[in-house]
Amino acid sequence: MPRLTVWYLRAAFVHLALGATFGALMLSAKAAPSLAWAWAWFPSHIELMAYGWMMQFALGVAFWALPRYLKPPKRGDVRPAWVAWGLINGGVLLLAYGPMLGMEWTRTAGAVAESLAVLLFALHAWPRVKPLGV
Amino acid sequence: MPRLIRWYVKMAFVWLVLALFLKAISLFPDGASLPAITPVSWHLLFVGWLTQLIFGIAHWMLPTKPGATRKDKLRGNERLMWGIFLILNVGLALRVVAEPMQIVQPNPVGARWLIASAWLQWLAAVGFVANSWGRVRPPVRRYKRQVADVR
Repeated sequence: MPRLTVWYLRAAFVHLALGATFGALMLSAKAAPSLAWAWAWFPSHIELMAYGWMMQFALGVAFWALPRYLKPPKRGDVRPAWVAWGLINGGVLLLAYGPMLGMEWTRTAGAVAESLAVLLFALHAWPRVKPLGV
Repeated sequence: MPRLIRWYVKMAFVWLVLALFLKAISLFPDGASLPAITPVSWHLLFVGWLTQLIFGIAHWMLPTKPGATRKDKLRGNERLMWGIFLILNVGLALRVVAEPMQIVQPNPVGARWLIASAWLQWLAAVGFVANSWGRVRPPVRRYKRQVADVR
């Protein structure tokens, strides 16, 4: 497993654990009104689970599993995929926690970071979506 | 495909069918007013189907533990993964029953079930992370060299 996939997957695991914690608190709040404050974390729960966990896990596995080139570097230019990792996690953090801290600008910044991240990852992955042995 | 993985994947399909069935019901005027149908169907899709499928396939495909000699230790703790399978699905099933129940007529039993559902699913997620963390690693050859370098 390439080092970058390790970073993608481990970050995805961290987001899964945090997103599941917020989810468990919110579901508990439906039975225990004293936990109603947990509903403020609803946008964070969605962000962490959909993008931090699922999307990031899928991209990390894609980086590992997509066909490689015959000549080195086997996975092509990996720099865009590294930058994408930073932008995804920066974007998820901004979107998940920024509004909770009263920083509304983080919504725009986070969304831009995530959009750039998937664009960069797609640029890296696009030529690797090819027949084997080419 | 090992037996445990087959259970994960087949159970994921069961929840997928149920999720889409609930979604179809919710599209009818009478169905949309059923209590908790939207959050339940979304969670069947994202937890029961997607997350459970990822857990199962990841447990199968991630690199095996370096140095593990016993077959049942190659993929981490096999018993733990059986336990995770059980609590994830029991937790989800409890939600399907208890969430509408709490909306229609809140009662202590439904409340307990809902809280149990929440924390069983949480435990499943954390257990999966704990079991898989060490398997997400560079190839063994490079891994051994890194360990040697550190020493």
